[in-house]
Amino acid sequence: MVDQLSAPLLPLGALLYLATVLTTLRTKVNRFSFGWTLFSESVLLATLGCREPWIIILLMAIGIIPPWIELRNRRQSTRVYLLHMGLFVGLLVVGQLLVGADATAANPPILAGCLLTAGALIRSGICPLHCWMTDLFEKATFGTAILFVTPMAGAYVVMRLVFPIAPVWALQSIAVLSLITAIYSAGMALIQHESRRFFCYLFLSHSSLVLVGLEMATPIGLAGALCVWLSVGISLMGFGLALRSVEARTGRLSLDGFHGLYEHTPFLANMFLLTGLASIGFPGTIGFIGTELLIEGVIDVYPMVGFAVVLVAALNGIAVVRAYFHVFTGSRHLATVSLVCRPPERITILIMAVLIIGGGLFPQPGVQSRYHAATELIKLRGVDETDSHSDTAHTGASETISNPTTKRSSVSQSRR
Amino acid sequence: MNVESVLHALGVIVVASPSVLLIVLGLPLLIGIRLSEVSQSWLTKISVIAGLTAAIGILVVMLASGSRHVPIEFGNWVSIPQEHFHFHLKFVFDRLSVPFAILSFVLCGTVGAFASVYLHRDRGYSRFFLLYALFLLGMVVSSLAGTIETLFFGWELVGLSSALLVAYFHERPAPVRNGLRVWATYRIADAAFLIAALTMHHLTGAGDFDRLMGGGQWPEGAAAIDSTSALLVGLLLLLAAAGKSGMVPFSGWIPRAMEGPTPSSAIFYGALSVHLGVFLLLRVSPLLDVSFPLQIVVVLFGLVTALFGAIVSRAQSDVKNALAFASLTQVGIITVEIGLGLRYIALIHMIGHACLRTLQLLRAPSILKDYRMLENAVGTHLSGDKSSRSPSTSSFQLWLYRFALDRGFLDPLLNRWIVYPFINTFQFCDSMERRWTNFISGTDSRESDRIAPYRDSLEDVAKCQSYTCPGWAWRSCCP
Repeated sequence: MVDQLSAPLLPLGALLYLATVLTTLRTKVNRFSFGWTLFSESVLLATLGCREPWIIILLMAIGIIPPWIELRNRRQSTRVYLLHMGLFVGLLVVGQLLVGADATAANPPILAGCLLTAGALIRSGICPLHCWMTDLFEKATFGTAILFVTPMAGAYVVMRLVFPIAPVWALQSIAVLSLITAIYSAGMALIQHESRRFFCYLFLSHSSLVLVGLEMATPIGLAGALCVWLSVGISLMGFGLALRSVEARTGRLSLDGFHGLYEHTPFLANMFLLTGLASIGFPGTIGFIGTELLIEGVIDVYPMVGFAVVLVAALNGIAVVRAYFHVFTGSRHLATVSLVCRPPERITILIMAVLIIGGGLFPQPGVQSRYHAATELIKLRGVDETDSHSDTAHTGASETISNPTTKRSSVSQSRR
Repeated sequence: MNVESVLHALGVIVVASPSVLLIVLGLPLLIGIRLSEVSQSWLTKISVIAGLTAAIGILVVMLASGSRHVPIEFGNWVSIPQEHFHFHLKFVFDRLSVPFAILSFVLCGTVGAFASVYLHRDRGYSRFFLLYALFLLGMVVSSLAGTIETLFFGWELVGLSSALLVAYFHERPAPVRNGLRVWATYRIADAAFLIAALTMHHLTGAGDFDRLMGGGQWPEGAAAIDSTSALLVGLLLLLAAAGKSGMVPFSGWIPRAMEGPTPSSAIFYGALSVHLGVFLLLRVSPLLDVSFPLQIVVVLFGLVTALFGAIVSRAQSDVKNALAFASLTQVGIITVEIGLGLRYIALIHMIGHACLRTLQLLRAPSILKDYRMLENAVGTHLSGDKSSRSPSTSSFQLWLYRFALDRGFLDPLLNRWIVYPFINTFQFCDSMERRWTNFISGTDSRESDRIAPYRDSLEDVAKCQSYTCPGWAWRSCCP
């Protein structure tokens, strides 16, 4: 059952997989399994189209399998990955077992909520339980790692399983934890010596910012977070693919030296910079308005948290440009073969660029749609959000979000 | 056709001309088409002339009609009416913005014409003019912004283009490192700006300068916030302005930025970018009237910057750095003028200084060559090169000279107290993570530790022996 939350996430998920497959070079076919990639895609799309908690948990558990098989095939240690993913699934199962039929945000099951939250946050890579993510980027193929994390399935679990039943104070506590992760990851991205780990921390910082907004439970903050969710998905996917395309030509990249690849791959260099800047919400890109909304919403609740979000964006901006300089500039690279982009890579990254710039220049439709989704999600919580003041006279799309775990009718709420 | 529609049409041309230039230069690069140098040069000329003519036209119409404040509305870029959230696109032509916009077009036009010859057959010619277009758009948007969000939009464009232009000669590591340092400084300034903008938004319910400044026309008008809030917002904006204008303690990026090509150096330090910070202070100057402590802080900042620039410029050994720090002195004095409420004087000072310094910086590369040619022509040394015994100096004078030569030790201080602690903290966390994943894996968990960086060039090795690595590249140049 597709609703306003899922509607844009499904094409986004499909786009992520399509882009990854299109930009995979033939030389990498024996490392990157297309069969398991299709299986992962079907599981992801089923997850994003699903609202039944137990089925979501089942699909999330199945989604763990393809990366694990790849790690095994590559003869890498799977302990870190398995330990965290096992914990994640275990916590979700136990938490969902403890959720009562009458659970709402007004009548929250505290223990169940805590277990579900912990599980979802592990999948989202909350600090200090984020090491599985960096480990996956170290050991799996870059494509598999990107596809496993960029759809932000952990955030989806939070929205479906935790958000409808968590009290405001709990959500705001999650937001603070996410903010700590965002700051920590932004700092870590700045000191990384290798491009994959750098990308992992950059992504983690951004996805944590999305969680910060999601947990604010105000229409504007939530709308901002949903916008950033899409913008980060698109922009960091493009960023990751640009990096992956460069790696496909040079091998894994150290960020200790300068590689000077600009003259050989100017297109990839420009895309790398464009997508990186879009991820930090640079003006004129898809992330700009979303980030503004997110910060605005966060400042409404916690001014200091809002300021911290701005600081995170600043640190991520420095990290992106630092990586750009180290990969594409600083020396003259001598290559014995042509490193230029292949047409599929060029077309794929151009599509990303069009989405990034188009979404940046014409943001209103996307923002309006995400705002509707945000108001519906808040209605779903069944509590009077004193800090929101949206007019509920308007309704969203014909399909509204409903919580299958609760038998609550969507009552109109009084707003300030 | 009435006056308002004429003004609106001209206003649209002013804003659209750099936007169209950016699209026309950027789109071919994106799809892999190479424009010739002549085409790019002509497109730039047409864009600048169109924008400048329209801006002068607006000035003439305003003078003829006696209008002092012409808002050009583009409506809401984004709005959520239920939440009273809107991103309003509005440009204002008034006594502050029109002169600054005209100045931007004139100086960018001059530099564009200079650069089309200076960078002839340079491999980065297209890249330079794309960044130039981005810079021009940022300057025009910043100059004419009618809301603080729009100003931030332009502010960011200027910052990005500046940093990338500093790293223009990107096949050498030094310009790249310096570009990164400039970018890092700008990001901190931008963060302060954004926080100030959001705080203002929350205090007044709007980002519109007309509402923020009580509806009065510049330079009149009183800020619609209390003195404590004005102090908070003002300090944040001052931090943003200091970062962008290279005031103390952010002056360290100015000499680094000299790595850029002369045309862009001329725009940055002599002319526009370095004045953008003080332009911001002028734009929000009604805030200063509300808070006396804020005025004192602005004056002190300006004084310290002016004094610092005056001392440091006297010890610089190359012409571009000497001129850049001399610019900084004037920026400091302009800041003092703003703090004292002398707004028109500050505006006139800024415009005059920008024009003078641009011409000086554009002339700088060839002046020494011309000097030697003159000496060769007359067959003798010109005045001023006779060696004489240096007068005895006190220990204070020696210290002051070292202080000036090392540019106030600002960069080492920032590195020591901010950059290195930050890096060391996160490197410690990184090592802890490595231990943890190694422990769980039961083996070495990081393949990335075994990736060797490319061998450094001879140039890098030479630099490492004579040069302390700058902040963000802390150990990357010293394997």
